[in-house]
Amino acid sequence: MNIMDYGWLGKLSWDSIVFSKLFTNFSVSEVVASTAGSIVIFATVAILFLLTWFRVWGTLWSVWLTSTDHKRIGIMYIVFALVMMTRGLLEGMVMRAQQAAAPDGFLYADHFAQLFSTHGTIMIFFVAVPFVVGLVNYVMPLQIGARDVAFPVLNQISLAITASSGILLMVSLVVGEFSTGGWSAYPPYTGTDFNPGVGPDYWIWAIVFSGAGTTLTGINFTVTILKCRAVGMGFFRMPMFCWTVLCSSILMIFAMPPLSVAALMLGFDRYLDFHFFTNDLGGNMMNYANLFWLFGHPEVYLLVLPAYGIFSEVFSTYSAKRLYGYKSLVFATMSIAVLSFTVWLHHFFTMGQSPTINIVFGIATMLIAVPTGVKVYDWMATMYRGRIRFTTPMIYSIGFLILFVIGGLSGVILANPTVDFQVHNTLFLVAHFHNVLIPGVLFGLLAGYNYWFPKAFGFRLDERLGKWSAYLWIVGFMLTFFPLYGAGLLGMPRRSFSYMDLTFKPYMLVAFIGAMVVLCALVTLILQLLVSLRDRKKNRVPVGDPWDGRSLEWSISAPAPSYNFAELPRVTDRDEFTETKEQGRAYQPPKVYRNIEMPRNNPLGFILCVLSGILMFALVWYIWWLALITALAIIVVVIASTFRWDSEQIIPASQVQQDTERWLELVKNTEPVGRDLENTPQNNGYAKLEH
Amino acid sequence: MSGNSSSISKPPSVDPGAIHKDPDMVIFGFWVFMMSDLIFFGVVFAIYITMIGATAGGPGPRELFDFGSLFAQTMLLLTSSLTVGIATITMKHQRSQGSFLFWVVITLLLGLGFLTLELYDFSEMAAKGGVPQRSGYLSAFFGLVPLHGLHVTFGCLWMLVMIVQVLMVGMTDLVKLRFLRLALFWHFLDLIWIGIFSVVYFGGWVYG
Ligand code: HEM
Ligand SMILES: [Cu+2]
Repeated sequence: MNIMDYGWLGKLSWDSIVFSKLFTNFSVSEVVASTAGSIVIFATVAILFLLTWFRVWGTLWSVWLTSTDHKRIGIMYIVFALVMMTRGLLEGMVMRAQQAAAPDGFLYADHFAQLFSTHGTIMIFFVAVPFVVGLVNYVMPLQIGARDVAFPVLNQISLAITASSGILLMVSLVVGEFSTGGWSAYPPYTGTDFNPGVGPDYWIWAIVFSGAGTTLTGINFTVTILKCRAVGMGFFRMPMFCWTVLCSSILMIFAMPPLSVAALMLGFDRYLDFHFFTNDLGGNMMNYANLFWLFGHPEVYLLVLPAYGIFSEVFSTYSAKRLYGYKSLVFATMSIAVLSFTVWLHHFFTMGQSPTINIVFGIATMLIAVPTGVKVYDWMATMYRGRIRFTTPMIYSIGFLILFVIGGLSGVILANPTVDFQVHNTLFLVAHFHNVLIPGVLFGLLAGYNYWFPKAFGFRLDERLGKWSAYLWIVGFMLTFFPLYGAGLLGMPRRSFSYMDLTFKPYMLVAFIGAMVVLCALVTLILQLLVSLRDRKKNRVPVGDPWDGRSLEWSISAPAPSYNFAELPRVTDRDEFTETKEQGRAYQPPKVYRNIEMPRNNPLGFILCVLSGILMFALVWYIWWLALITALAIIVVVIASTFRWDSEQIIPASQVQQDTERWLELVKNTEPVGRDLENTPQNNGYAKLEH
Repeated sequence: MSGNSSSISKPPSVDPGAIHKDPDMVIFGFWVFMMSDLIFFGVVFAIYITMIGATAGGPGPRELFDFGSLFAQTMLLLTSSLTVGIATITMKHQRSQGSFLFWVVITLLLGLGFLTLELYDFSEMAAKGGVPQRSGYLSAFFGLVPLHGLHVTFGCLWMLVMIVQVLMVGMTDLVKLRFLRLALFWHFLDLIWIGIFSVVYFGGWVYG
């Protein structure tokens, strides 16, 4: 059918709504799908209702949605990531239930395929990436002593298109169906010949738009780190986190374009009948595989490097020691970033290259273990003879250290092409990548969330529930994924919605129990937030340094003022704040108060979020008139925004003076607290010097 | 960014860390963007190269390319790089707004001329059966060459906006900074075109 042959509503009809299938084909699988759809609708209505009930629309608009403040944008990224994580995790549980129940599962094969496709896509692009980007947004400008990122409005736009792509994925739960092609969406399976529906189109547009957002973020972060550091902060005085962010941002710049190209070409094949990756007329799907993994492998390092940065900060802060082997960590980070572009082929050893090529890529892959090993030793040496406190972030970090080594070693095993031929496409692989993604990336992010939360909101998170959650995550992860190594070695293929060989069954049952433990971890995480909100008065840390922190972000009040620093710091040491505290130079008023120029609020991001969301929806459903209108509207809005000449506001010196003096007064009246009382209400964020 | 005239943009004692004022940083940011765009192009070039033989019995480079028209397009684009350079120099030497606008308009016309010829070429190709739906090779061709054309279109639009803004507010710092980036972008597209000419057209003709 020609793409122009559709009516005003394109491919949309009543049958596209998920609930309609309840009537035409009542089954457990459809009930599950409809439940998911209702959750989306119900949650949306509930949020709209609550916003109206508490009359916070105005605040939401002026303080959050139009904000160009990197800290608020960072927080919005993280909220978005946490919402998506809840969905992604629930999908994981449903899949585990299905495989535990097999061979009499309750899902249709197609439904299961949608689940692993959305789960994978969401977890990578809409949980891990925005969580990383959110934390970086919040922390990095503070750590380098800057007032904001280099391009605040661009930052807002990145968030906007990432969010609208995520919302599109939520919409796919209610209208139509998602792709069944996995997170990698290999053609020709995802081409029109085999998949005429809207599923792959949802995937394509979500990837194209959010990918553009990530590329812009990479540019923004790179320029910020290279150009906006405080006076005196040479490269080797940057906190380790900033180094990892720099490398990761460079990966974003280089690795995202191949993904965009691959997804767009797949789109051309689907929409306009091109032959990039089709089976006929000269198409070549290997081009897709190469493009996708040319992005895909750097992507995992793009995610894990900032997590390494977080672990570095956590180990050194909670051991009250300078980070061991700083330079070796920097060079290891850079080596990993470079090497990550030389290994992509290990994702398809079995797809027909010569053994020589496989060996080259296999060895390159194993090489990455070397810098990673250096890091592991550096982190252990940082703890050696430190004054270690077993706080929530430390529990995640130590869990990471042990589990990540296991995940890494299974990676080295897979890097051997002969072994890979045996276990590729089995659950062994699924165990491996969850083993690096969960302890590596997710634990890092959760550690960072617990670590920096007091800076962002001015009060600590509940420590008891935090620890519970961390332990549950660790145990739950092990129970869920270690059995999969076994099932994989026994030959159970990945992505199978059912199986006949009951040898797999016990493994699947244990994995299901593990998934339930992870569910408890998730519930505890949410509970922790709620309890902490309730106790926020008790756990206030307004002075801003609850953990005896070492870098600049801890040297200002919590929450941080919108302009970050009353006076931009001059840096003389790698652990700048520790240095100032030890020399008694901390908490000094600036010599002069000056007017501070900051970007004004801007509705551009929000408008683009709405327009791009509608555009994507229209494209998915072949509603051409709507696509045309929104595309034109986007161009017009962007051009119009360049006619906005007064995009700055001045924060008067008097205001800065008032804020600062009030805070310094508070510091004076606060009792410094030693590390033993770190997690008690006595801790108001003023750290006592102890060594 | 700065207000309508650069004299009012800075209150007397604004602090030194003010962000996104620094022209150096803004230009650098644009270089980084172009680097990313270059990767984008590079990947599409790579796909084209792998697909040079994949004509699937359809028309190939030798049947489709019209080097006369291509030569004209190259000349138009190279000249426009020269004129945009002249415009930048007029801007730098604070020459009259009129002469600046003159060179910008010339550049715009050259760009539009290029696009016209390019579209004409495409329609000629289509008439000979050279449509992207015909083969993997043609898909790759139409993935790459119009991508550059789209960039040129975008550059032309940008130029139009600049003309309007110069007429509205004159040559403020912000407008100049924007034009500098546009000029960089335009030179960048020139470079890409040289790549397209050598790899897509010439390379295709030799190896296709
Ligand atoms: C702890 C909770 C989680 C559970 C129970 C879970 C479960 C699953 C299951 C059952 C699959 C399908 C495996 C198969 O192919 O047979 C899967 C795939 C996948 N998961 Fe998870 N997962 C969890 C967390 C995560 C996290 C945190 C990430 C990433 C940050 C992630 C990323 C992926 C990816 C990329 C796939 C591959 C999807 C595909 O096959 O295309 N998962 N997961
Ligand atoms: Cu890889």
